Amino acid sequence: MEPRADTLIAGEGLSLAYGTQTLLHNVSVSVRAGEIVTVIGPNGAGKSTLIKILLGLVKPDSGHLSRRDGLRIGYVPQRLPIDPVLPLTVAKLMTLTIRRSRGAIAGALAETGVGHLIDAAVQTLSGGELQRVLLARALLADPDLLVLDEPVQGVDFAGETALYQLIGALRDRRGCGVLMVSHDLHMVMAAADRVLCLNRHVCCSGTAEVVGQHPEYIRLFGARAAQALAIYTHHHDHGHGISGNVVPLSGAGDDPEPPSRTRETGP
Amino acid sequence: MLDDFLVRAMVAGVGVAIVAGPLGCFIVWRRMAYFGDTMSHSALLGVALGFLVNIQPMVGVVVVTMFIALVLISLQQRPWLSSDTLLGILSHSALSLGLVAVGLMAWLRLDLLSYLFGDILAVTRMDILWIYAGGAAILAALLAIWRPLLASTVHEDLARAEGVPAFRVKLIFMLLIALVIALAMKIVGVLLITSLLIIPAATARRFARTPEQMAVIAALIGAVAVVLGLQGSLHLDTPSGPSIVVAAGILFALSLLPFGRPKAT
Repeated sequence: MEPRADTLIAGEGLSLAYGTQTLLHNVSVSVRAGEIVTVIGPNGAGKSTLIKILLGLVKPDSGHLSRRDGLRIGYVPQRLPIDPVLPLTVAKLMTLTIRRSRGAIAGALAETGVGHLIDAAVQTLSGGELQRVLLARALLADPDLLVLDEPVQGVDFAGETALYQLIGALRDRRGCGVLMVSHDLHMVMAAADRVLCLNRHVCCSGTAEVVGQHPEYIRLFGARAAQALAIYTHHHDHGHGISGNVVPLSGAGDDPEPPSRTRETGP
Repeated sequence: MLDDFLVRAMVAGVGVAIVAGPLGCFIVWRRMAYFGDTMSHSALLGVALGFLVNIQPMVGVVVVTMFIALVLISLQQRPWLSSDTLLGILSHSALSLGLVAVGLMAWLRLDLLSYLFGDILAVTRMDILWIYAGGAAILAALLAIWRPLLASTVHEDLARAEGVPAFRVKLIFMLLIALVIALAMKIVGVLLITSLLIIPAATARRFARTPEQMAVIAALIGAVAVVLGLQGSLHLDTPSGPSIVVAAGILFALSLLPFGRPKAT
């Protein structure tokens, strides 16, 4: 695959083994500016390993990794287990490795809809709030590429929809590339421009519709997953805010609203 | 003023506590309590080694505790033994090895108890100079690595992805722990050093809203524990090192009481 001018990051033929166990075999992936690429696959498929290689945290045994010169990456890790014994406010968390004014911090938090949490203790946040804070944190560096490892983990159903819409909106507004990892299928696939189905090797890749009908995908996730995809590739006439409230969307459709559940915790 | 042995003891103890507080916060945040314990237990071996090759015991302590820390890090890469078990093995092996080494060196008339539990009342002016000069250097170094160390404490991969040299920072941090162990040995002894690092830090938690606040408060609480402990030791005629630790423990217990503002989380 010839790298194009707008390619932000590209890994080719990446392989990694740990002892006798193959974690990744000959995996190629690339993200262009303004593109949402989603990596899906079952547990243990090597999704997080692939992310770590692309971030430069783990060296692959073989393969080639190229980044655009001066590429700024905003990374949202899969989990952020913070010991309760560490007193940490959101503002502090946001500026661990970069210095930014309070105004800039507040701006980034407002962009992900959690501006009111700037002085909250990190340990008091709900799953959805924490993900939005981490997303805002990644935005603070004005990234060309967002790398999101399981961005909806610990988020309830209504929050999931809202988060994916937010990620899509951020891409539209900023024109950055997005590389996202998930093990939940339907919603991600509806949001992605390209889907990479990973199970230590690349099973299949392409648009959500192509991957969803691919025999390898169906073998991995079962026929029900393929049907589920069809249900969720639709448009909503409204979305849901972080607390599950109904918020208007631009562009109307005629679909039933997804069941909104009660929020986990609140400020 | 420094002619009085008790004043010398207080000045030395407070100096160590001020350095131990902020470092201890990172030990608590990084869940390294037992790790620090293992390092300090190996300090006796460093003392013995120092006498054997005729160098400053403090230098011996820093060399040996750093060596133990590096052995621990490399052994932790092996997934077949849990960290917990490894620390248990190394902690007690190192302590016993130190005791055996001292025992073998029959010519060395070492007051073992003073190394195990501290001998703060025998602190000299020279010791005080060491503690304050060394302590200032340790705090300056900690200040220099504060941001990257805090970032890699919160999430190591995230920090590395954002350009923090996490491993190098971790090594510097361990060197600082080794240095503070060498300084604190005379105050509370190798068996109790970890308590001076951990108890004030844990006590400071509920009064702090930021990491920096917690570090400062931990230093203050440690200093108060030293003063209270030494006073108690004088009035009750109890051993000084353990008295300081008991005072710190009481302060911690008090901090658990439901007074003042609701517990910060």
